[in-house]
Amino acid sequence: MQTVKMVVTGPFSSGKTAFIGSVSEIPVVRTERKISDNTRNIKEQTTVAMDFGRITIDKDLALYLFGTPGQKRFDFMWEILSEGMLGFIVIVDSARPETFREARRILDTFRSYSNTPFVIAANKQDDEDAWPPDDLKIALSLDQDMRVLPCIATDKNSVKNVLLELLYIILESTADEPKPKRKR
Amino acid sequence: MALRGNLKDVGLNQLLNLINLARKTGALTLQGEGSAGNAHLFFKEGKLIQASMNSQVIRLTDILVKVGKLTPDQAKTVNARSKVNTDKELGLLIIQNGMLSQNDIIQGVKSYLLESVYRLFTWRAGAFRFDANILPPEERITVAVSLDHLILEGSRRVQEWEQLRDELPDLDVPVKLAQRPEANLRDINLSVEQWKVISFVNAHNTIRQIASFLKIDEFQIRRIVYGLQTAGLIEVIRPAAAVSAPALPLAAPTFRPIGRSVLLRVIDRLRKI
Ligand SMILES: Nc1nc2c(ncn2[C@@H]2O[C@H](COP(=O)(O)OP(=O)(O)OP(=O)(O)O)[C@@H](O)[C@H]2O)c(=O)[nH]1
Ligand SMILES: [Mg+2]
Repeated sequence: MQTVKMVVTGPFSSGKTAFIGSVSEIPVVRTERKISDNTRNIKEQTTVAMDFGRITIDKDLALYLFGTPGQKRFDFMWEILSEGMLGFIVIVDSARPETFREARRILDTFRSYSNTPFVIAANKQDDEDAWPPDDLKIALSLDQDMRVLPCIATDKNSVKNVLLELLYIILESTADEPKPKRKR
Repeated sequence: MALRGNLKDVGLNQLLNLINLARKTGALTLQGEGSAGNAHLFFKEGKLIQASMNSQVIRLTDILVKVGKLTPDQAKTVNARSKVNTDKELGLLIIQNGMLSQNDIIQGVKSYLLESVYRLFTWRAGAFRFDANILPPEERITVAVSLDHLILEGSRRVQEWEQLRDELPDLDVPVKLAQRPEANLRDINLSVEQWKVISFVNAHNTIRQIASFLKIDEFQIRRIVYGLQTAGLIEVIRPAAAVSAPALPLAAPTFRPIGRSVLLRVIDRLRKI
């Protein structure tokens, strides 16, 4: 059985667990703990080690999704998780601008581990306070060619689209034959 | 006069018992077999006061990082300020900077000592010698750990070790994630160590390779793998024809580079879900 691996990262409470849960065929294996510190008012449970989900591609291929813990104090796990990944997704809570700087820091950290392709998911687009992807891109001071995609992590189709976009980018960078230009 | 022998004949527990009862002072040197390395344990009047593994002098700051009392950044700060780099100076700097109390430091060194010594209980063979009246170098911090508890815990680990070895005789086999985990995975709480192992699980990595990549010793990896196996998360792949994997160092975990055809399969499948 061959496995390919993608990492889902992003700030605390941005929707990583929800993202993986929407497409994984096994219940997301996760280590969540009740929150005891002052982040408590945001939500009750947080991921403390990582999430992990799976999509079977065919009888000898599976896609694994690894979600990182969101809280800073667990960031020693990041590098371990990023080992061998095909690509990664940075999930941003578009409705919480106070997390944008942190999202940028996470993105930079992951890029320093390897130059694998990535996309940024502007999550919680169903929230009325959500910043649209284009504005988010500016707020995060992202380069022009970085992809920021609208996302609703609780919606399977939306998650699927984000994963597919990332796969297309990976495909383009895997040039073992002349690649046709893709129009976006 | 040195006491010499082999752990095959006199186990570590027996040796510690002897040192404890006779309230000996001196250095116990163990030479493990194969890649096990060596260990130096120092005792004063029957109490364990210091240990070093593989003749490495580990600085106090590194010890405290290992046991989670200091962050790597704090250790860096202290090391940078230190002039002579002795444990005593480092300890003083840590206290002066308000990072830890003296008691914290002592507890940290103690738990590091215990963990180091616990590992030695899994050595089934290896030469030892005990040299009376030899003490560790002056500049190292010493503590005093009573051997009673250590011996008890040691016996428990030897037993556990023997059980684990029966359950998981061969480490040169790969493990895989369980196809259909029956257990309700939502309720499982895994330790960080278990997660690390899980993230390297893949049909190409043997248990031994995962252990050596993560720098986990045999005892620990058996324990972790056995735990994950019992929880139904992973399965040991028992090869039809026993091929024992060469003990090559694992360059990187083998999520192997993939080609376009594999990517296209993934894309195709995802489109349909
Ligand atoms: N409205 C809306 N809520 C979302 C969306 N995605 C996630 N949420 C909610 O946001 C909260 C946080 O989601 P999680 O998936 O736990 O976030 P996380 O990134 O895993 O959090 P940590 O593991 O603590 O870092 C939960 O209450 C989710 O239900 C979304 O797209 N829209
Ligand atoms: Mg989570």
